[in-house]
Formats: sequence, structure tokens, C-alpha cells
Amino acid sequence: MILDYILRRLGLLLFMLLMLSIFTFSLAYLFPGDPLSNLSGVPSNNFSQNTQLEDKYLYNSNYFTQYIAFLGRVFQGDWGLSFASGDNVFSHILDLLPATLELSVYALIVSIFIGVPAGILGSAYYNRWPDKLINSTTIVGYSMPVFWLALLLIMIFSLKLGWFPMSGRMGLLYEIPPSTGFMLIDIALAGFPYKGMAFTDALHHLTLPTIVLAMYPTTVLVRFTRESMLKIMDQNFIKTARAKGLNRRQLILHHALRNALLPVIKKIGLQFSTLITLAMITEVIFSWPGIGRWLIDSIYQRDFPAIQGGLMAVSLFVILATIVTELLYSLFDPLSRNQAHGKV
Amino acid sequence: MHKFLLTLLAVTLAGCLDSEERVIEEKSQGLVYCAEANPVSFNPQVTTTGSTIDIIANQLYDRLISIDPVTAEFQSELATDWRVSKDGKSVTFTLRQNVPFHTTAYFTPTRTFNADDVIFTFSRLFDVYNPYHFVGDASYPYFQSVGVDQLIRKIVRVSDYQVRFELFNAESSFLANMATDFAVVLSAEYAMKRKAAEQEGLFDQYPVGTGPYIYREYRRDNLVRFYRNPDYWKHDVALEQLVYDITPNGTARIAKLLTKECDLAAHPSSAQLSILAQREDINIEKETNLNVGYWAFNTERPPFDDIRVRKALAHAIDTDKIMQAVYYGNGTRAESMLPPTSWAFDAQTSMPLFDPDLAKSLLAEAGLKDGFDMNIWAMPVSRIYNPNARKMAELMQSDLRKIGVNVNIVEYEWNTFIQRIGEHRHDSVLLGWAADTPDPDNFFSPLLSCSATFSGKNPANWCNPKFDLLLAQALDTTDILMRKKYYADVQSLIMDELPLLPIAHGLRFQASSADVEGITLGPFGAISLANARKK
Repeated sequence: MILDYILRRLGLLLFMLLMLSIFTFSLAYLFPGDPLSNLSGVPSNNFSQNTQLEDKYLYNSNYFTQYIAFLGRVFQGDWGLSFASGDNVFSHILDLLPATLELSVYALIVSIFIGVPAGILGSAYYNRWPDKLINSTTIVGYSMPVFWLALLLIMIFSLKLGWFPMSGRMGLLYEIPPSTGFMLIDIALAGFPYKGMAFTDALHHLTLPTIVLAMYPTTVLVRFTRESMLKIMDQNFIKTARAKGLNRRQLILHHALRNALLPVIKKIGLQFSTLITLAMITEVIFSWPGIGRWLIDSIYQRDFPAIQGGLMAVSLFVILATIVTELLYSLFDPLSRNQAHGKV
Repeated sequence: MHKFLLTLLAVTLAGCLDSEERVIEEKSQGLVYCAEANPVSFNPQVTTTGSTIDIIANQLYDRLISIDPVTAEFQSELATDWRVSKDGKSVTFTLRQNVPFHTTAYFTPTRTFNADDVIFTFSRLFDVYNPYHFVGDASYPYFQSVGVDQLIRKIVRVSDYQVRFELFNAESSFLANMATDFAVVLSAEYAMKRKAAEQEGLFDQYPVGTGPYIYREYRRDNLVRFYRNPDYWKHDVALEQLVYDITPNGTARIAKLLTKECDLAAHPSSAQLSILAQREDINIEKETNLNVGYWAFNTERPPFDDIRVRKALAHAIDTDKIMQAVYYGNGTRAESMLPPTSWAFDAQTSMPLFDPDLAKSLLAEAGLKDGFDMNIWAMPVSRIYNPNARKMAELMQSDLRKIGVNVNIVEYEWNTFIQRIGEHRHDSVLLGWAADTPDPDNFFSPLLSCSATFSGKNPANWCNPKFDLLLAQALDTTDILMRKKYYADVQSLIMDELPLLPIAHGLRFQASSADVEGITLGPFGAISLANARKK
């Protein structure tokens, strides 16, 4: 039963990957300029080099053969060279993706730890002042553009008060060998050098971007948890439990919460694509050396191989994250597997 | 009780301050410099980009000789002594002994600096048998534009610590060119090691020099990291670490300076200087600099081939307004092609003054009574000699409209811009030149000579045999009075012919945190951080 479900999901995943790869491949032809140099990243200027490239990329055969060759190169990690740096696009992505992931994961954790309890609190005090306070704060946070919030925080906490730095992942004078690409883990692996100060410095640098990035998902989670809780609290089994004489605390913690959080897990997975988009903006403002800033720089510089590779990596990541959370969700909630054939 | 609490508070606060001071110390005495662009190479021979030279030249390398910024005399660096033969056609350098090259992760030197290194470095410029001559498309822009690659006949190894440069003809600017930031000495042993491993391409990317700092890492769009050279031959280096934070946005550089994320910021814009000057924790250094911002006409293209038209246009421009709105009072109005601090400077009485009526009558004389359409190319980046070319072009546009000339402003991405100027696709262009040496020839040969026209470096597309003859005569003699006279003629010839209109000389600015000292910012050439330290 569950195997069947997983297989169906994987089928969907494969289909999406196929569409994505076809789209990425066709970008080389859709972008202005010579498709061959868009694919390879080598600006073609001399003849011998050109024929060599044509051979490698099977440029003179039909589109289908070219596409197959393209897939082969994708799996080998040969994603062409960046126009701007002359280095392999794939190695750029490997360098940069961890920074983005790190920021997004911390923001997500923060938003779960704040958003879910705040939502529960709101539903527990439904229509009383804590609920109203949380609700109005949520609306403010939800409607504030992320770039504006970022600039505001920089103005207050970096330039005025000087509490937090405004750019980068850590003070540049600390030299941490990049082994995983996740800054905090790297520092821990290096054995907390500089007497642990590098670690606190990295946390310092993380603070503002994490707050900015966590704002939107937190507000979404607050609203969603609250609504889901209210819906559950209205159901008959809760009424029965209340009639049996359980107090509110017992009701919420033992009966309502488990059931209310299930749809929230699904919602968290769906947040990932929004999160990545917001992460790009956050990265640009805080000069965070992640994939988003790089991608936006590449767009400015018309670095087509980099745009192509970056788009592929980011979409691949979002697709994978969505599928994984859906699988997790179905593990927790057996009911959803039955409905997989479609529901209104 | 209250007193007790207060004391307790005071003690705790003092403790906090204490630990904060320790933090600064343990950041291992490093300095962060907010630079404006990625370095394009780590070898100064192959580029003339100012932002790159500022990062690499004086930090990683040494030259044979340098020029004292105050007295303008040659100083010994890697060469302890230099002798020019009587006919001026050979120069013998005696080299310093026991100067070690950098030991890095990718190279460990087995010998100290000697004659082989000098021969390797400079023969790369002209000798097709040098294994590195064609690496990087044999492009050595500075040396090629001043003709050094055509000047050296051969370099002779006299002994381990003596080399003789034999020249095709005596040129008085040769020593000055050897003292530029581009004429650094590279390691021949390292080059041969790269060649043996067939990694010639990496030679210019992973540098080995003799300078005060050693290359550690470069992460594109992020940072360049150097460490102290513990065996620096000249003096002890105070900074343990030197990091370049690559921040292309000018406002972000200033903001980082305010939040103490960097100690030094390159090229703060004039508009922001007033804000910075109010802060006590920030120092603004102002330095006169040998440069000129100009408006060059494409003299091969009608109607700009007519001198009366060029003069009319020059008379139509209100330079006072430009000085206020573009330079914010931080520049000197040009009185000649050369800045007033140059020894050959000669104030020109024929400098065109703002006179729209005269401009109109000159145009009428040239048969262009009804005016015409033209374009002004404005460079897209901010430089010392012209902080805001776009704004300058807009001011000129409104001035020129008054004499009936319609101006269209053209802008391109910087590298494309330079390339298309080289192809002479413009009517006129706002550009400038910052000197690499105090030698006045540096302002003329690379810019306005006939050979510069052929190599695409002459923005006026102007070739005047009389002008070239004067330059050659000035270079042929070492008599300073004679040279002065020739350069005076050169300057007045430019004003008579007006292939370009000199507009202003900018000041060079550097903003730094108040606890940094020892930054050397000269009137020419790149910044040096060899003596920088934190108080």
C-alpha cells in the first residue's frame, strides 16, 4: 500500500525532473547568442576550439541526441563554465548552495519554534487579547516586504546601534577551512578556533538575515496552526473529551495538538519554495555568499551558463524538498495515502 | 546598599570592556580593506586596471626601484644600485642579496632572489622565446602602450647579482617605467616549476613575490586573503593578516566602514564625504594625485576634424558648473593637460573660457550656423579623475543645446565601452588618465601619440607628427631644463590643436577607521599597506 504510494510519487518526481531538464536544455537555444557557447561557457572565437566543442556537444546532430548528451554531462557534473569566472558552474553551485541551505534551514527552524506555539496560543485564547495581539502582529509581519524589513533592521541594529554586522557569514579575519560549507558545522569541525569567538561571530552574522528570512514563514505558520487548531477543537471527539471533564491543557496537549499539526507539516514543506525565493532577496541585501546572490549577479552579467545551472539546481532542490515532505506527511498520516487518487 | 550595587555594576562593566579589548587583539591584528572589484589577475604585468593594481602590486611584490613621492627621486628597492651608461643605451642594476621569495602552500623556494628572476620577468614582455611570453595572449598593456617592449634589445646577466638592460635607443623615461607598479619582479624558479607541471595558466593566478604579504586565498565576489610575510627583507610587517572584502557597491562600502566591518574603504564618493567627515571614528585622507579628466573628440570624423568646431564646443562648456556639481569642490580646474603638481606643468593662457557667443561665431565660421547632432560617450564607472561622467555629460548637454548642438549621451558596460572607444566608434568621449609615474611622458605617449592611435588607446584618434617629434626629443635628452621646454611646447600644441579638452584634476580619497595608521597613498600609483598597523 505505502510502497504503491511512494512509487507513484517517484513517478511524478521523474516526470518533473524530465520537464525541468528539457526546459534547462532549451534555455541554451532561447538565450541570445551562440547556443554552443551558452552550453559550454566557452566564448567561441577560434576555429579549432569551435570544432572541438562541436564534437563534444554533438552540436551537428539532432536535438534529441544533444539532449541525451546534455543529460549525461549533468550527471557527470559537467555543467559548463561560467562566463564571468571561467570556472565550472557545478563547482560554484556546490560551494554556494550550503550557504543558502544553512540560512533557509535556520530560518525555517526559527519559524517553526515561534510560529507553531504562537498559533496554539492564539487558538487557546481565541478572540481574547493574546489572540488579538498575535493576530495583528502576524498581519503586520505578513504584509511587510522582506527587503524593506531587511533595510529597516540594518538601519536600526547595524548602523544605529552597532549590535549586529550587516554583511557576510562571518568576520573575514577568521579563517575557517570550508569542509561541509555549513559555517557553524565547519567551525565545530575545526574545533572551535579563536577560542570559540569565530562561532559567536558567525551566530552574530546569522541573526539579522535569519530574522528577516523567518518573518514570512513564521506568520504563515501562526495563521495556519491557529486555524487548524480551531477546526480540531470544534470536532466531536474533543467535545466528548471535554464532557468527560478534561481540562483545557490536557485537551490541547493530548488530543488536539497531534491532529492539528498534521496539516501543518504539509504546509511547512510547501513553504520551501517561497523560502528559497525570499532567501535570494535576503542574500543580496546582506551580501550573503549564497546561490541566490550569485544567480542574481549572473543575471546582471548575462552569464547564461550560470543562470542555466543555477536555475536547474534551485528548482531541483525545491522539487526534492516538496516530495520529501509529502512522503513524510504520508508516513505520519495514513489517511492521506487513501486519498491519493484525488479529492475535491 | 546603593553604593554597593553601583560598584558592582561598575566592576561588571569594566569586565565587559576588558573582554572587548581582548577580542580586538585576538582578531590577530588583521585589517579588512573594502575593495571595489574582483582582481582580474595576480600579476601586475598583465593588467592596468586600477582596482586590481591597488590590491596586488605593493602588497605581494617589490620592484627594482621606486620613486619617492615627495622628492621624485629614484629609490633603491630590489636593486641597490643602478647605472646608466653615457650614451643612455644600457642600464646596469646591482641586485640586493638574500631576499627570499614567498613560501606558500603551492611553492617552496630553494634559492633567494637573483639575476635570473629579473631576466625572466622582463624578458617575458618582449622575448618570444620566453616560455611565458604567449601565456595570456601576450598582452602587457602598460608596457606595450609606452613602448617598453619595443625598447629593450636584450637583458644580459653580468653576474648573479648584476643585470644589464641594453636598449635600442636612449629613453629618459625608461627608469621611470621600471619604477611603476607594473614592473614587479616575479620568481623564475616558481615559473619553471609551473612549466614543468604544465600549469603555465596558473602562474598569474597563484602569485609568488617578495613583498610584505603572502597570498593565501581568493574567493570570487567574496574576499582575497593575504598573510604577513615573516621574512620580509625591508622591515617587520605589523599586520598578521590582510583581507580584501570585495564590495562593488559604493554605499555598502561606506556602511561597512560605519559598522566597523572594514577598516578601509576604497574610493568613497564625493557626495558621501560630508557625512563621513562628521564622524570622529573615521579618517578621510585627501591626496593630490597626478591625473586628468578630459573630453576627447574623434578628430578623424567630421565635423570634429575642423579645429574651429572643436574650439567652439570647448568654449560652450561652463567648467565652473562642472567643478561644483561633479567634483563637489574636490578637484582642481585644469589649466593644461598636466596637473599643476607635475614638474613639467606649464599653465596655458589659451585655455578655452566659457563664452557661448564666441562659440556660436566659431560654429558660423565653420559653416555650421544651424548646429548639428553629436554624441558624448560617458564612462559608466567612477574614477578619481571623473567621479560622475554621466552627470558631467548631462551638464554639457544643456550647455551645448544653447549653441544649437544636440547631444545624445551614450553609455556601455565598462569593458565594452573601452573596447568600442578603441575602435573609434564615438564622436566624443569623457574619459581620463591617472599617472603611473611622475614622468610627464606618461600623460602624452600612452594617450595622444600616433602609436597609441594604432593600438586603439588614443581616444582623440589624433596623430600629429610634430607632436610625436616633440615627445621623442623630450625623451632623447636627460637635461631637465630642455625636457621642461619640450613639454611646454607639447602642452601648448595640445591647446592649439585641441584634440581633447582637459577639464579637471581630481583628488584621491581614502576613508579609513581612525585606529588604522601607516597607509601610504601617493600622488601616483597604487596604495601600499606594507606599513599599515592598528593602534
